[in-house]
Amino acid sequence: MSRATSSTVTLEVTRYRPEEETEPTLQTYEVPLEQDWVVLDALNYIKDRQDGSLSYRWSCRMGVCGSCGMMVNGTPKLTCAAFLTDYAPGPIRVEPLQFFPIMRDLIVDVTDFLSKLKSVKPWIIRDTERPLAEGEYRQTPDELDAYQQFSQCINCMLCYAACPVVGLEPDFIGPASIALAQRYNLDSRDEGARERLDILSTHDGIWGCTFVGECTKVCPKHVDPAGAIQQYKLTSGLDSLKSLLLPWGAK
Amino acid sequence: MSTDAHYTPYHPKWYRRRVSVWWWLKNRTYAGFVLRELSSVFVAFFAIVLLWEIRAVLEGPEAYAQFTARLQTPLFLALDLVAFLFVLFHAITWFNAAPAAMVVRVRGKRLPDWVVAGSNYVGWFLLSMVIAGILLRG
Repeated sequence: MSRATSSTVTLEVTRYRPEEETEPTLQTYEVPLEQDWVVLDALNYIKDRQDGSLSYRWSCRMGVCGSCGMMVNGTPKLTCAAFLTDYAPGPIRVEPLQFFPIMRDLIVDVTDFLSKLKSVKPWIIRDTERPLAEGEYRQTPDELDAYQQFSQCINCMLCYAACPVVGLEPDFIGPASIALAQRYNLDSRDEGARERLDILSTHDGIWGCTFVGECTKVCPKHVDPAGAIQQYKLTSGLDSLKSLLLPWGAK
Repeated sequence: MSTDAHYTPYHPKWYRRRVSVWWWLKNRTYAGFVLRELSSVFVAFFAIVLLWEIRAVLEGPEAYAQFTARLQTPLFLALDLVAFLFVLFHAITWFNAAPAAMVVRVRGKRLPDWVVAGSNYVGWFLLSMVIAGILLRG
């Protein structure tokens, strides 16, 4: 790679080696300040040239896989989309996603998120599957439009790192999981909204959300989890009002 | 967050950071959120003043005069100003948040956010005009 500039920028990177130390520390690295480098490029440069022991997750480098989410100067970011020049002259602080347990350096444990995600049944639920011979389930463009925004989620967990409720209430199901539940609720092929409502219309579900709104701001895919949760609250509220006024009505 | 990770040399303990009491000072959105929640105290303050006024009206002209005199003291004027600013902040952030919660579809197309928020502001303005009309008529 050609060096267009000779200037450098300082990265302050969280190190945590659980077999050696009891709490994380910051280590500084000096990297070239290239016009076309993102924070992930700088981390790869450090790992290749300066310190092979630095650990972090990454894969696609193009904002699709959702692996490289970290705190950059205190804000959750996909490091593959955070350009060094936007943070010049630095120093740039790179930390693991907050509110998650740290496993090593910039790697966090996502087990809890995955179990929460699974708990909301983010897949199409049918009362009865149509026979294959009847063909595919068709949708109009409007029906697609109803949920498409929420289907853009890449499970990068930036919204979890942005949400103070996630930090303060460990059992809160969290933004992305609720947005993905809503993605299936709004899908015209799905019939599982009732099942999901029982799981999500709880204190640990939608009612745990206090609408801080930061999840929507940090989402790299414009999913708008905060909107999904508030819309879900409205649906759930109307639903319980209905069952209060019409207790004999079919559930 | 909970995990069942057991400590072994090959499966070391995860590090968990405590959330600071001052987490809400870390960025503008958090601070704005806490201020919005705090504004409910001042909304309650206005409600209490209104109840107090009703009681004064029921007790007669003398009590009402005492009530209005007390509202004109510098302490209450200052408190009213602060409360007014908080209530204004509450109302504006609430109206701006409305489009996130309400998806209004007209002929299958989602109405843009500014239309949803704007209709709230128009409703607020019209209602304020009606109330001002009633109060200023006499």
